[in-house]
Amino acid sequence: MIKNIALGQFFPGDSAVHRMDARMKLILTVAVIVLIFLVRTLVGNLAVLAFLITVTLVSRVKAVYVIRGLKPLWFIILLTFVLNTFFYSGGTTLFSWWILRVSQEGLINALRLAVRLVFLITATTLLTLTTSPIALTDALESLMKPLKAVRFPAHELAMMMTIALRFIPTLLEETDRIMKAQTARGAEFDSGSIMKKAAGMVPLLVPLFVGAFRRADELAFAMESRCYHGGEGRTRMKIMRLSARDFIAALIVAALMVFAAFGY
Amino acid sequence: MPIELENLKYTYMPGTQFETTAVDGITLKIEDGEFLGIIGETGSGKTTLIELMAGLIKPTSGTVRINGQDINKKGYDRKALRRLVGVVFQYPEHQLFEETVYKDIAFGPVKTGVPEEEIEKRVRRSMRLMELDFDGLKDLSPFELSGGQKRRVAIAGVLATEPKILILDEPVAGLDPSGRSHLMNLIGRLNAEGVTIIMITHSMDDLAENARRVAVLNGAKLIMDGEPYKVFLRGGELKETGLGLPVVAKMASMLRERGKNVPEDVIKMDDFERCVEGMLKRRVND
Repeated sequence: MIKNIALGQFFPGDSAVHRMDARMKLILTVAVIVLIFLVRTLVGNLAVLAFLITVTLVSRVKAVYVIRGLKPLWFIILLTFVLNTFFYSGGTTLFSWWILRVSQEGLINALRLAVRLVFLITATTLLTLTTSPIALTDALESLMKPLKAVRFPAHELAMMMTIALRFIPTLLEETDRIMKAQTARGAEFDSGSIMKKAAGMVPLLVPLFVGAFRRADELAFAMESRCYHGGEGRTRMKIMRLSARDFIAALIVAALMVFAAFGY
Repeated sequence: MPIELENLKYTYMPGTQFETTAVDGITLKIEDGEFLGIIGETGSGKTTLIELMAGLIKPTSGTVRINGQDINKKGYDRKALRRLVGVVFQYPEHQLFEETVYKDIAFGPVKTGVPEEEIEKRVRRSMRLMELDFDGLKDLSPFELSGGQKRRVAIAGVLATEPKILILDEPVAGLDPSGRSHLMNLIGRLNAEGVTIIMITHSMDDLAENARRVAVLNGAKLIMDGEPYKVFLRGGELKETGLGLPVVAKMASMLRERGKNVPEDVIKMDDFERCVEGMLKRRVND
């Protein structure tokens, strides 16, 4: 019933973008976000667009998937555009009707904001499409390491995120199974009033929670019996290393930022 | 209430890179009162197939007819379907949720519209069938029970709707030997009372002793279907699909290879014993 939910949006692949160090990808994504806010001119925006298209092409991710990332936010983008068009004060009036007034500057401003939003989402979508959630948490852990000086539990946080990510599909599968089992006994999950629906969730939620606790218990036991004792002295099977392609990517983004800093 | 599957197909996540076809073009007719065993490697589509039979998922294409009616057609009475078909999933104890054993077992009958005055009778009956002490257990929380008891309560909860068709997905997995033989006996008894049994199992011995028909799935397709002894005669092909033979069938075929005269349809322990006794007697007489 709910098996059709694609989890996360990682699109496995073996392109140069996929093989980049996740830490670098994370940092560069943040840099690109800054860049998107820095560029002012049409040329600058076109440069960002060209950059995003290039990344998409190099990553060999189907464009459909990138565009699909925009889908949930279409409404917000549209709303921003409409609001900014109508509520921009000043500028040359193009036309007005009742209390609404559209000015040339307002239109350009709104368009700029909408484009910015689209770029933002595209950039982050590209990151999650080409980086597995596990690699992302590893990168976060590695990047947060300096914070250990102020007793920030970077490893624990990353481990919690990894475990949570690892168990989302398992829990979904379990939900699916329990739903089917209870449906077979006559339970209905999609009919009746809101109160009835909420009450109807009990046969699903109780077993789900019981199962989650049982699993957490088993997992803790399994981890301890394999001598897990926190991040101290723990080594990795996959060591993250920066390579030439990471520096090339960093150079390109840096160049774009310099370009933007000069007023484009 | 015969079940007819016609050219049934089910695809998970169609249109994505994770697309997999779990059931591919299966046509099967299951008559009233049959005992059908479904075997196949893990991932061969067994569980998806029974979910289709029970109307828990909609086929990508093809039809499921129970009693001549397409169960996925609009307007088909789902409640009646739930009364008619009971499903015991793998590890059914994971579906327990009520505060007391009584309430949990009564859940099915209440939901499928069994009249109130009959519910206690149903609960008592299904608890007796599962050898659970009604007075001692009815007010306990199902979560206080032992693993084996939980399983029996969960199965009692399915039996309480008194289904005419009972589908079981590896019901004996993880049970101790006595729990196993009790459950298999019970399933056999229900079948003798006229309940259609459809059972997925990895235990070839249980099948050999009980099933009257065996269907073999491999890679989402139905590759064999027939009387158990006929299926087990094709041991080589079974082995290729990752399946083994029941102990008796294996011994019988080994004896046959050594030139002994063991009839082809010997797959049950009783028959095998008689056969071996006969052989020994003949040897003494010679």
